[in-house]
This record gives sequence, C-alpha cells and structure tokens, in this order.
Amino acid sequence: MNAASRFRDAPGAAPRSLRLMLDGVPVLARPGESVAAALLAHSGGATRQTPVTGAGRAPYCMMGVCFDCLVTIDGHPNVQACMVSAREGMVIQRQIGARRLGDQP
Amino acid sequence: MSADLVIIGAGPAGMAAARVAAEGGLSVTLLDEQERAGGQIYRNVGAVAGRGWLGADYARGGALVQGLDHPGITHQPRATVWRIDARRGVIWLRDGQSHVSPAAHVLIATGAQERPVPFPGWTLPGLMPAGAAQILMKQSGMVPDEAILAGAGPLLYLVAAQMIAAGAPPVALVETPTAITHALPKLPRALFGLPTLIKGLGLIARIRAAGIPWYRGAADFRAETTEDGRIRFDFTTGKQSHSLTCGLLLTHLGVIPQSHLTRSMGLAHEYDAEQGAWRPTLDPWGQSSEPHVFVAGDGGGIGGAEAARAKGALAALAILHQAGKLDAAGRDRRAAPLRRALSRALSLRPFLDAAYSVPSAFLAPPDETIVCRCEEVTAGSIRKAACTGAEGLRLMRTSLRTGMGPCQGRMCETTVIGLIAEATDRPASTLGPGRIRTPVKPVTLAEIAALGPQPEETT
Amino acid sequence: MSAQAGTAIIGGGIVGLCVALGLAARGHEVLVLDGRDGDMRASQGNFGLVWLQGKGAGYAPYARWSFQAVQAWPDFAKRLSGLVDVDLALCQQGGYEFFTDAAEYEAFGHDLHRQANALDDRLSFELLNHADLAARLPGIGQRVVGASFCPLDGHVNPLRLHFALRQACLASGVRITCGASVVSVRPAGAGFALLDETGRQTRASRVVLCAGLGAAHLGPQLGFRAPIRAQRGELMITERVADRLPFLSSTIRQVDEGGFQIGGTKAETDCDTETTTTMVGLAQHAVAVWPRLADLRVLRSWAALRVMTPDGYPIYQRSADHPGAFLVTCHSGVTLAPLHATRLAEWIDGDPAAPDLEAFDERRFALS
Ligand SMILES: Cc1cc2nc3c(=O)[nH]c(=O)nc-3n(C[C@H](O)[C@H](O)[C@H](O)COP(=O)(O)OP(=O)(O)OC[C@H]3O[C@@H](n4cnc5c(N)ncnc54)[C@H](O)[C@@H]3O)c2cc1C
Ligand SMILES: Cc1cc2nc3c(=O)[nH]c(=O)nc-3n(C[C@H](O)[C@H](O)[C@H](O)COP(=O)(O)OP(=O)(O)OC[C@H]3O[C@@H](n4cnc5c(N)ncnc54)[C@H](O)[C@@H]3O)c2cc1C
Repeated sequence: MNAASRFRDAPGAAPRSLRLMLDGVPVLARPGESVAAALLAHSGGATRQTPVTGAGRAPYCMMGVCFDCLVTIDGHPNVQACMVSAREGMVIQRQIGARRLGDQP
Repeated sequence: MSADLVIIGAGPAGMAAARVAAEGGLSVTLLDEQERAGGQIYRNVGAVAGRGWLGADYARGGALVQGLDHPGITHQPRATVWRIDARRGVIWLRDGQSHVSPAAHVLIATGAQERPVPFPGWTLPGLMPAGAAQILMKQSGMVPDEAILAGAGPLLYLVAAQMIAAGAPPVALVETPTAITHALPKLPRALFGLPTLIKGLGLIARIRAAGIPWYRGAADFRAETTEDGRIRFDFTTGKQSHSLTCGLLLTHLGVIPQSHLTRSMGLAHEYDAEQGAWRPTLDPWGQSSEPHVFVAGDGGGIGGAEAARAKGALAALAILHQAGKLDAAGRDRRAAPLRRALSRALSLRPFLDAAYSVPSAFLAPPDETIVCRCEEVTAGSIRKAACTGAEGLRLMRTSLRTGMGPCQGRMCETTVIGLIAEATDRPASTLGPGRIRTPVKPVTLAEIAALGPQPEETT
Repeated sequence: MSAQAGTAIIGGGIVGLCVALGLAARGHEVLVLDGRDGDMRASQGNFGLVWLQGKGAGYAPYARWSFQAVQAWPDFAKRLSGLVDVDLALCQQGGYEFFTDAAEYEAFGHDLHRQANALDDRLSFELLNHADLAARLPGIGQRVVGASFCPLDGHVNPLRLHFALRQACLASGVRITCGASVVSVRPAGAGFALLDETGRQTRASRVVLCAGLGAAHLGPQLGFRAPIRAQRGELMITERVADRLPFLSSTIRQVDEGGFQIGGTKAETDCDTETTTTMVGLAQHAVAVWPRLADLRVLRSWAALRVMTPDGYPIYQRSADHPGAFLVTCHSGVTLAPLHATRLAEWIDGDPAAPDLEAFDERRFALS
C-alpha cells in the first residue's frame, strides 16, 4: 500500500539527499530527520501490521512513547523509527505481525 | 567517570539546571534520548536555520542549548534511560550498549507527552497528535497537507498558526467544548500572565484572519479511511452532524507529565485534579520523596517551557546547597527572581486548566474505541470487566492485558482510569497511579546481561 | 452496612476462588471478600507452570497430591471452559529443567528418583546430558550441562486462569466483593462475624481463610498459627515473537500470546520490587540456555511474593477451637487449582468421600 504522503515540504526545506530502502523501494530522507519522518514523507499508508489483529498502523506520537512506528532496521526488528536518525543506505522493512526470533548468534 | 549530578532530559528544565549546576561547581552528565538538546518545545532548535515560520518563541531555545557549552557539562545524546537504581546509578542505553552513570544527585526532567485522544478510528494511519505533526515541522521541514486540527488547548492554536505561517493552513479547526466562561473567575490571577494571554489571542486572531472554518462545541468524534486513503472525520456540534474529509486528522487535548521513570523508582505521586493527571509529589525546590532525587519541568506537573526553565534552575540551586556548594542564604537569594518568573509563568495555568478541561467522552470513550493501542483492547470490554470485578488498574491489566504492550500503558492509562471511574462511580484520584516497572523503555536480554553482576562505572 | 453468607471466603486469589467455585458447585451460598487492587497477589505475578518435577521428593503426601492435581488439570480446564469463554491455553506436553551447574544437575537427578519412589514409579522422566539434549534441541546453549525432562509437566496462562476463575465463580452464583480487606474475624453465635476496612460487617456460618500472605495476620484470630512468610520471585517478559519456542522449561517459557517469560529466582524478603542484579542474572541465564533469545526486548520485569510455609507444602487446617473455620494456603496454587476446586471442597464439607489431608495439618510444624 503506497498512499500519497499526508505531508509536504515546508518552504526552504533542505533537499532529501539520503537514500534508504523500504521493502526494496528507495525512500529519500533529509539529513537530521528520523526514519519515521522519512516514511511519512514517502507514503501515507501503514508501516506495520499489529501482532494482535493485523491492523495497519503508521507512526503516531513521533516522540518515542506510543511504539506504533516499530519497523525492522538493518535486520533489527521492533525498532522505534521515530527515535532513529535516517542514514544513507539503511534497509527498512515493514513488520507484518509479531517479530521473528533472530538467528543463532 | 561518575558525575556529581546526572540530569535526565535536555529540555528547558534540564538545560537550565545543567548550566546553573555546572556554574556552581558540580560536574554534570546530561542524558537525553534525542539526537540534539532542546526537548519538545525546542526540538532540533540548534540545527535549524531559516524556519522563521516556527516563531520567535521557538528561536529563543537556542540560547539554552548554547548554555550547555560549559566544561562542567557532558551532554550524552541518544542516551535512553531505562532504569534508575538506588545503588548502581542511572542506567541508560545507546547503540545496543547499556551504561551506568553513578551520581550523588539525580534530576529527572523528562517532560510531558500528549494526552491520548481516544475515539473510534484514532488508530488509523492518517491520524496523529498535533504535537507530533509539530515535531515533523521542527525536525524535518515537513508540513501537514490538507489537515484538520481537532480538540482543544493552546498548542492547537499554536500549531494552526505555525501551519498558516508555513503556507499550509489547516482545512478546518474543530474545537471540543471549552469552558472559557466557567474559567473567567481564574483570570484576575492570570493578568500577571498578560503577555502569554496576548500571545494566545494573537494566535486566535491569525487563525481567524486566515479564514479557517472553525467549528465549536464539537463532540462524537469518529474517523474512517476513505477508499482513496484519505480520512473521513465525522463529528457533531449540538444537534448538527458534520462529515469532513482530510488528508490528516491532527488531534490534541493538552499534555500530561511523563511519569514512567519517577513511578518506576517508587517515588510518591499525587493526583492533580485540575490537570487530570498523576505527578510526582515535590517540594517547592522539586525535591521528591527521595532526598537526592529531584524532578523539574513538565514531568513534575504541567507548566510550560518558561516554568520548566525556572523549575530547572531552582532544583539546581537546591542541589548545589545539598552538595555543600552553596549556603542557604545564597540559594534563597538567587531563588527569589526565579520564583517570581515561575509565578508569572504559572499565573495563566489555572485559567487554561479550567478552560480546556478534557471532555468526559475522551476519558470514557464509546464502546467500539480501541483504548489500549498495543493490545487492542476496546472500551466496551474494559467497561464489562470493570462491572465484573476488575475494579482497579492492576486487576484490569491482568484481566485484559491493558497496558501490557511495549508502551506500558502510556497511551491507555488515562482512559482505563476514566472507564473504571465511570463504571464503578469512583473518582479517578482513587484509581492510580499504575505501577511502572523496569525497564522504562524496552531493552534486550543481551543488553541487560552485559551489565554484569557488579556495580560498574562508565562515562 | 452488613451482609449474610453461608460461607465467607477471605481472599480472592487463585486459591480462594478455587475453593469458592468448589463449594458453590456443592450447592453452598458463597461470598468472597477480596482485598484491594494494589494488594500483593501471587496469583497475578506467577509463572503459570502446572508442574510435577521435583515436587514432594522429600514428602510423599505432597508428591501424590501434586501428581493428582496435574492429572486432574485437563478435566478442570474443560469444566472452566464450560462456564466461561476464556482460553486458559493449557498445554501439558512435557517440560525441562535446565542446569548449567553439574553438581546441581546430579542432585536433582537424585530428587527425581526419590519423587518417583514416592509415586510408586508412576513418574516418568529422563535425564539428558548435554550431547543428548543438543541432539533433541539443536539451539541449546553450550553452557547447559544437562537437563531433566518430564512428559507430565505443562503450563497455563496464569492471568487468564485468575480471570476465568472470577468469571466462573460469578457464573456459579458466588458473590465477590472487592476492596473489602477483612480487619477482624471472630466467632459469633453459631458462626462468625467479619469486619472489613470499609466498616462493613458480614455474618457467615463458615469462614475459609485464603488470604495468601494476609493469612499470617488474620489466622491467629481464629486460633491458627498460620506460619507463612513471603519469598520473592522475579520475572521478566519480552516482546511478542511469531516463532514458537520448541520447549517448555521451569525458567523460560513462551506464553500463548508470543512473549517469553523468564523467571525462577528466590529471595527471602517481603519487598516486591525488582532488582537490577536479579534482572541481569535472569537475562544471563536465558541467553546461556537459548542464545537466540539475546536480541529479544524485555518489556517489563516484576517481582511477586510467594506464600511460603516453613516446609513449602500446603496447609489445610480445620480450626480445633472454632468449628466452621478453615485455613487454606499453599505455594504452587496454579498446579493445585483443580484439587482445590473439587477434593478440598469435599474435605471442607466433611464429606465421607473426601481425601485424608492430615498430612497437611499445620500442627506438623509444632511437632518438629
Ligand atoms: C509533542 C509536544 C510538543 C510541544 N510543543 C510545545 C510548543 O511548541 N510550545 C510550548 O510552549 N510547549 C510545547 N510543549 C509543551 C512542553 O512540554 C513544554 O513547553 C516544555 O518543552 C517542557 O520542558 P521540559 O524541560 O519539562 O521537558 P521537555 O522539553 O519535554 O524535555 C524532556 C526531554 O527528556 C527526554 N527524555 C524523556 N524520557 C527520557 C528517557 N527515559 N531517557 C532519556 N531522555 C528522556 C526527551 O527526549 C526530552 O528531550 C509540547 C509538548 C509536547 C509533548
Ligand atoms: C514468582 C512466583 C512464581 C510462581 N510460579 C508458580 C507456578 O509456576 N506454578 C504454580 O503452581 N504456582 C506458582 N506460584 C505460586 C502461586 O502463584 C500461588 O500459590 C498462588 O497464586 C497463591 O494464591 P493465593 O490465592 O493463596 O494468594 P494470592 O494470590 O496472594 O491472593 C491473596 C488474596 O487475598 C486477599 N487478601 C489478603 N488479605 C486480605 C484480607 N485481610 N481480607 C480480604 N482479602 C485479603 C488479597 O487481596 C488477594 O486477593 C508462583 C508464585 C510466585 C510469587
């Protein structure tokens, strides 16, 4: 699902110069912004499906309290996207239901 | 290396305290989970140039951030505190590694979170708190596109004005019932807060001038996703029903203290009936029920940025005194102007609290509303359980899992309290605060295991 | 304010509710007086094991009682699900006890043999060294020296058990009053007079004291010694995981919702706050046993207080001085729940078919 973003750029906003991958699709990000912000700029759709009922959710509080923005970042599941700054080359996956157990370390 | 004082939270309260304490001769470690100092109001202020549309108040935060440039202050960004241990110290996490900062004195300045605004549909993509959108404006240069602002409170007006200034005015302002007339008796005291009041009226005038449709006395909120992914927002005003469509529905009903950390330490808390929230019990210096633990800023009770700054400085003076760096006379002398500033900053509060009190439908929402967003528990099932013996937060929690998900009740506790209060006809003040346990933020088994059995030190 | 009851039960934890359900099923009118929401309740903080391994190695009556309880669980779960729509998530497919210390492993093996003797060899179990175990559970940590496995062990969702018992009691006509901490209970006329902290009086012809740790204070008012103490256990729960853990153990188990519960600590204290050092120990244990758990996030840790008798076995006691007064208290109240809701109710009623529970008389402590 890739609904249009519900945000647009403010006047004078810096260019989106970073490139992240979301489920294999490139997503552009501005230096200094959170992964959640980049996802919201990319799409207005859900960024995960809840473990309980499978309902779609998107980043909500943007300050680390609601845990609705959980995504997998560079292989680490259940990361709060609003608390992590976007970095060039980050690989992000939407989470469908509960996380999986990691491989044996 | 251990510090004399560990401060958690680099908002106005924590930043002001750090500067005063460091100038007074204490070594200070300032921990904040954000990348940059500033807190919620001054989020990202050091890093943004050319966002004049955020307003002059926002730009003022820059001086506080510059004040952290002092040899006595070590600012640790991206440091998430997950436990304060009486013996080991403040335990925090960064990049998968736990650290322990032992300290003789601790100041908790973790600020506020937005009050949850539950109604049918509030969990859908396309709904956010107004303050969350403001964070995107401050930190990412993003503005809401065709948004409706709904709810009540000063921040709602501020965000509306900031959106107008950024050239992205809201398509409507939908205001829940306010009690301005009822609050008028509180105004005489508020005259000390005249500048703030005038600023508020200025915001309202700007919203009017922009010709934003303004609905007053709105109730019965309900949101749904339309086929093309937009949000249909239904509400009523009096007997009239309305249905508006928007890209983004931004809600707000004020802020409440973030008290997970103070509660997890077992500090005494009390219910603030005017603000409808639990807060730590503090003396006029911000000292908690533990003598070496202080709380300042909105985390100790909502007062706003200017009050937070004054409370932070006051707590730092008391800590300097406790540490033997400042005698009582010096402390009191320096406190006097801060107390005057605090009293000015708080003078408008009683009026605001009374005028923008939370409508009961958002404390005890309709049955189909998802109340606990993590465990997806509805208001209807909570009502039912409350009527069959789950008469307290804890029994509700173990009966239905409310507050058991990753947010640990941050998004549902106020509503669960409201629903039990309604079902059992008891005041909210008898129904909390819920017990918060370690960790305050999730932390992995490996990160806990690596702490090791012996108290240890890191910078 | 005053109320009347045939049988008053003091305490609405798992034990009190099981007894209430059992007596209601035998046709009695039952009132449960429960404490406050914030009370320490072992029933709201336990590990949910329906467990046999090691139980009663040194005391044959307890070994037999636990064995019966474990065998009675499937019927009990069925009975509850006939009364209320709550999934207890009962699963009795066997469980492990893991050891990272060779001496402890060996000692526990001896305990199991003694327990099997007490049960006339009806207990089947296996002792597995690291190699055997690794063959069966390829993810097992290198530091696990050995394990025991008992096919009769299992677990339930303990919170849903407490919730279901409450609902089942209500569905069976039991009245439950919350926020009614009893401050005094005394014989009066042919029955008992109870006073709770709200000032309400209750008259009852019988009273069963099931108040967990609260019984230590109330017991003497009815002539019981009630020698019970608190023992703290600390636990942690992780975020939900989609994969299923291939084993159940006494210290690590996956709850039916998907999270992992880690526990099994003991401390002699009545303070129910969690400690950093114990959390570290639990985390190290979990990662040592199953290294793949390392990156799981802990959402919450907590401490709960066990209701312990001096020897760890239950007390089922009739008051010698005041006929109609009973004391019922135990550790392992989850495991024993089916018997408390059936056989113990018979015993309270003085039914000729009731089991002989002499072995759980509290006078055993006076004699020793
Ligand atoms: C989303 C939002 C937007 C707001 N916008 C405005 C505004 O525009 N104007 C206005 O006047 N008021 C605003 N407020 C009100 C705000 O609470 C106060 O104005 C002011 O920021 C309070 O200052 P403070 O120092 O008490 O806390 P804050 O400024 O909130 O600072 C608290 C800091 O603590 C940190 N923190 C919290 N928990 C932890 C932890 N466990 N570990 C490490 N760090 C932690 C946070 O990252 C944060 O930086 C807003 C509030 C919110 C919630
Ligand atoms: C950490 C831990 C792990 C455990 N793991 C397991 C396990 O895996 N398997 C197992 O079988 N068992 C386990 N147990 C034991 C089991 O939880 C207990 O045996 C059982 O819950 C005891 O129930 P209870 O009703 O006696 O006591 P509680 O649950 O403590 O309830 C006592 C009740 O009495 C009420 N009360 C107290 N005083 C008064 C008063 N004056 N008036 C009215 N009411 C009062 C309280 O409000 C409360 O509701 C564990 C216990 C702990 C602490």
